[in-house]
Amino acid sequence: MVDIVRRYPGQLAKPAFQRRAGMRQFVRRRTTIAFLMCLPLIVIVAGLIIYPALYSIFLATLNKAQTRFLGLGNFSYLLSRDTFWMVIEQSAIFALTAVFFKALIGLVTAHLVNNLPSKGQRKWRGMLLVPWVIPLALSTLGWWWLFDPTHSAFNWLIRGFGGTDVPWLSDPYWARFSVILVNVWYGAPFFLIMYLAALKSVPEQLYEAAQIDGANAWQRFLHITLPMMQNIIAITVLFSLIVTFANFDIVQIMTAGGPRNMTHVFATYAFLLGIRSGDLPLGAAVSLFMFPILAVSAVFILRGVRKRGREIG
Amino acid sequence: MADVALRDVVKRFDEVEAVRNISLNIPDSEFVVLVGPSGCGKSTTLRMIAGLEEVTEGEILIGGNVVNDVPPKDRDIAMVFQNYALYPHMTVFENMSFGLRLRRTPKAEIRARVEQAAKILDITELLDRRPKQLSGGQRQRVAMGRAIVRNPKVFLFDEPLSNLDAKLRVQMRTEIKRVHQKVKTTTVYVTHDQVEAMTLADRVVVMNGGRIEQIGRPHDLYHRPKTHFVAGFIGSPAMNFLPARLQPNGEALMLRLSPELAFPVPPAHAARYRPSVGKDLIFGLRPEHITEPRGEERDPRYEFSMTVDVIEPMGMETMVFFTVHGKEVCARVEPTAAKPPGQPIRLYANLNHMHLIDPATESVL
Ligand SMILES: Nc1ncnc2c1ncn2[C@@H]1O[C@H](COP(=O)(O)OP(=O)(O)O)[C@@H](O)[C@H]1O
Ligand SMILES: [Mg+2]
Repeated sequence: MVDIVRRYPGQLAKPAFQRRAGMRQFVRRRTTIAFLMCLPLIVIVAGLIIYPALYSIFLATLNKAQTRFLGLGNFSYLLSRDTFWMVIEQSAIFALTAVFFKALIGLVTAHLVNNLPSKGQRKWRGMLLVPWVIPLALSTLGWWWLFDPTHSAFNWLIRGFGGTDVPWLSDPYWARFSVILVNVWYGAPFFLIMYLAALKSVPEQLYEAAQIDGANAWQRFLHITLPMMQNIIAITVLFSLIVTFANFDIVQIMTAGGPRNMTHVFATYAFLLGIRSGDLPLGAAVSLFMFPILAVSAVFILRGVRKRGREIG
Repeated sequence: MADVALRDVVKRFDEVEAVRNISLNIPDSEFVVLVGPSGCGKSTTLRMIAGLEEVTEGEILIGGNVVNDVPPKDRDIAMVFQNYALYPHMTVFENMSFGLRLRRTPKAEIRARVEQAAKILDITELLDRRPKQLSGGQRQRVAMGRAIVRNPKVFLFDEPLSNLDAKLRVQMRTEIKRVHQKVKTTTVYVTHDQVEAMTLADRVVVMNGGRIEQIGRPHDLYHRPKTHFVAGFIGSPAMNFLPARLQPNGEALMLRLSPELAFPVPPAHAARYRPSVGKDLIFGLRPEHITEPRGEERDPRYEFSMTVDVIEPMGMETMVFFTVHGKEVCARVEPTAAKPPGQPIRLYANLNHMHLIDPATESVL
């Protein structure tokens, strides 16, 4: 408001009551303007998120030809299928392991980068961000070539060291490992950036105080860094869980769910049923399964974040 | 408990020479205050004692051992920071016991020691709170508590009271003194506030531009400053400085301050000042030694009249400002003797407390 006064010096000359009335009007006008300016975004959000979400709930209650209302029929059908239970299991394994290693690697590299002399730091930060910046579909194709059993780098190297070929994408368990590996490679830089920022926001004096209190480097990490970063860790893990659970590109490009449906996650399975096999309602039902899992974990994680926020502030 | 010694300590940050050759001996259980203007290297000196900064040259000894290469955690010192540096995610109890817990002190002993320290500092009822729920003064106490419970060899304080309001600062000053009298741990205390230094210290170290100007008991610094800087830095309101010349006057000496104003130098000082006759000098006299003429001191040769520029009533006394040869001078008079601005006032200069400074060497003659 200081700005306003400065821009319209004429207002200063007005009597106080008039000025206040004008200001109130201005505030009112400002919220109106704010709402109007947000409106396009609200429309987009409503059109692109809320409408499809509601529509997919509706869709999930129909039969394949979308002619008959089934209620929860699609859901009970899915739960009776072994393949679907395997998809749930693999989605959980995929998301939990990938997020765990992304967070771990992000934390370790953030520490390493943070301890670099500030001159070299920018260069390394830039290079470590590369996986996150390349379009995922492109980089996944790159990995797919790397995993090629006969003509490609990994097996060539292994052969060079006298090992035997690894069936990266054709053995179910190696395939599970491979998709998780690529997801970790892709997602770790996000954690790196977040943790680097969080590390820099821990006041240096806390470390000095801890040093004087007798803490060695590991104890400083354990008793200062980790607790101070708890909230950012919780939020990044939650965010990453949501994104990883919903991941589509990596699995679709590398294995398309195979072999033997062992690498399917919710999104690829929903794609398989809904688009490939043409049963849109069933596909919608699969994708809706993610929602309660994520909602529950979000509630718990965010509750912890809020509590700590109040305590530490 | 230990003594601390600095031997020819130098600290350079790239180009900046923050500390230039400091030597200092602090006997066991002494309370030493490093005081000086901002940027003079006080914090750097303290942080070198703590081990948070490396020593570029020289040696630091704690308890007789050179600790240059000993990390802070093994020096057995405790430090109180200006902004307290309490661990925000720990309760007061956890903050205070952190050092003991790291050393795997038995639980019962930790509790006993924290409770004892909390009692000394009157923070027993705060033990379960987090720093965020404390006021500035309470945080300050907790920071001190964290230092006390460890029972370290040396306490280090870096401007611990600067973030408190004036009233609380005075209160905590007394508190710190009280705690030191109780625990008698060797203490190095850094401040830019000379009043804090004078009131707390057994000995004051006045620093300026990375060097030690003078080390001494508060009383000595006040009455026998060795340099122009110390004379001007210690004391509030500050000492008056005026350009002056000494003129021979038979056996005696005359101190000439302006064409109109000259005083005979008291015989006790005359011999010391005789070699400086004829040189450009700086005359220094504290405001409390310029007063209204009082009962037994009525030597008319030291009385003079001035026109009052400004007065500042302080209650117990009144500061009277006047001008000598273009320089402002402050006198401290009884409130009843003060005159309003523009009026003449009769004053008396007690030259028994005078100082003369050689501007070439900046040292007090
Ligand atoms: N980490 C640092 N890097 C470079 N210069 C520093 C650093 N710390 C302090 N200095 C410089 O050293 C001088 C003394 O600083 P300091 O000891 O903090 O002064 P004080 O505590 O007396 O105000 C200052 O000129 C300051 O700019
Ligand atoms: Mg300082």
